[in-house]
Amino acid sequence: MYYIFYSIMKKIFTISVLSLFIFASAFAGDDGELNLSKKSKPVKDCFEPINRVTFAVNMGLDKIIFKPVAKGYRVLPSPVRAGVSNALDNLSSLVTIPNNILQGEIKKAGVNTGRFAVNTTIGVLGIFDVAEMIGFPEYEKEDYGQTLGTFGIGPGCYLVLPVIGPSTVRDTAGSFINIMGGDPWYNASMNGNNEYLSESTYLASRVLGGIDFRAKNIDSLENLEKNSMDLYASFRSLYLQDRQQKILNSKATTETMDDGDWEEIDSQ
Amino acid sequence: MKKIFTFVVLTLIFFNFNNNAFSIEADVFVQSTVNRAAKTLGGGLTKEERIEKLKEIAKDTVDITGIGFYSLGKHRKNLSKEELENYKIVFEAYFLKSFSSRLAEYSNPEIEVNSKNIINANYTIVSSTLVATDSRPEVKIEWRVYTKDPDNLLIRDLIIEGLSLARTQKEEFSSIINSNDGKIEALLKNLSDFSAK
Repeated sequence: MYYIFYSIMKKIFTISVLSLFIFASAFAGDDGELNLSKKSKPVKDCFEPINRVTFAVNMGLDKIIFKPVAKGYRVLPSPVRAGVSNALDNLSSLVTIPNNILQGEIKKAGVNTGRFAVNTTIGVLGIFDVAEMIGFPEYEKEDYGQTLGTFGIGPGCYLVLPVIGPSTVRDTAGSFINIMGGDPWYNASMNGNNEYLSESTYLASRVLGGIDFRAKNIDSLENLEKNSMDLYASFRSLYLQDRQQKILNSKATTETMDDGDWEEIDSQ
Repeated sequence: MKKIFTFVVLTLIFFNFNNNAFSIEADVFVQSTVNRAAKTLGGGLTKEERIEKLKEIAKDTVDITGIGFYSLGKHRKNLSKEELENYKIVFEAYFLKSFSSRLAEYSNPEIEVNSKNIINANYTIVSSTLVATDSRPEVKIEWRVYTKDPDNLLIRDLIIEGLSLARTQKEEFSSIINSNDGKIEALLKNLSDFSAK
């Protein structure tokens, strides 16, 4: 009994502290403007010196651990990798669906629920993307960071997290929502009372997700490393551009880019 | 009335034709550029020969000066004419090296041009897809084509899966300048060092 009370109090305390942190930081860089502009505003890198150190440590870890593991993973036959990737995508829809609802995208939530049901059953725990084969629209992941963004909460400062990598205050807060009850897969694995899932199942799925992502991007990251003069700045730029696009749910490049600077340049 | 009607119809046809001519040219231009690059990459040349050919293609089809100025961002306005001229030379060497070495790694890339979107008289965005292989998923690539001079179309940006290469470069340059007390010399040194590698 005492344990349950303690656990609830701890959760409430964590949420309160975190909320204060998010709101203070996220609005700090906003100049009081809450509307999400389609044209990007610069995101402040308030902790740049610390971020650069963390980035260097992450790159070191990548060189020693993640990259070699990802290279090994790439040796696996393509259908095996595709199956792993599909199963991970299927699990991620457990976070996507509540976020679809929170963003008011009820139709997408319905489609993604259907996709999850089809792929988990006929697709054998998501290994086969049967939903795509029978004509479901392309799957788009959503997370709590994106939802906070659509609520008008600014990104706050740019952060580089140990091991995890680039983020912002808002996106980090979004990740915390996952472990505070927002991710059914996390809840079932870590807190579920069943014999099939455990902490190690959840951790294995996260590690596998990281390896799968690293393996898919091995060539482009190698290329970026070789051709960047300030790799930290390139990563920051790419991460922030990607998040902006995802939050706006926009596929139209011109909607998210400021053409003003281009218009000033007349080279002909 | 008949004259006015004829004039209106002709004007409409003229503008419509011109508009289409723009967009079709941008499409064809990107497709032919891609074909040239693919031919170079899949033509059995040595790496050095491929790099030289790719540099030629870039000089013909990319607005290197425009990208260079864009990449400088707000710092562009603080430079003298002489400094800008010097920057142009250093940037071109950097760009050609970076561009050719990035592309030289690919062998026989298959790119399909899908559609185009005319933003205004100066810009058309051409959408294409880099076809998936066993080791790489399908990649969406958009090309920002500068159409101000219809006889000399030029590529100004490549947007890969929604991520702009020019914008990434601009932010990288800005970071280098800012972390060196706003001095352009630091950027010039970095660019020269990169080209000399």
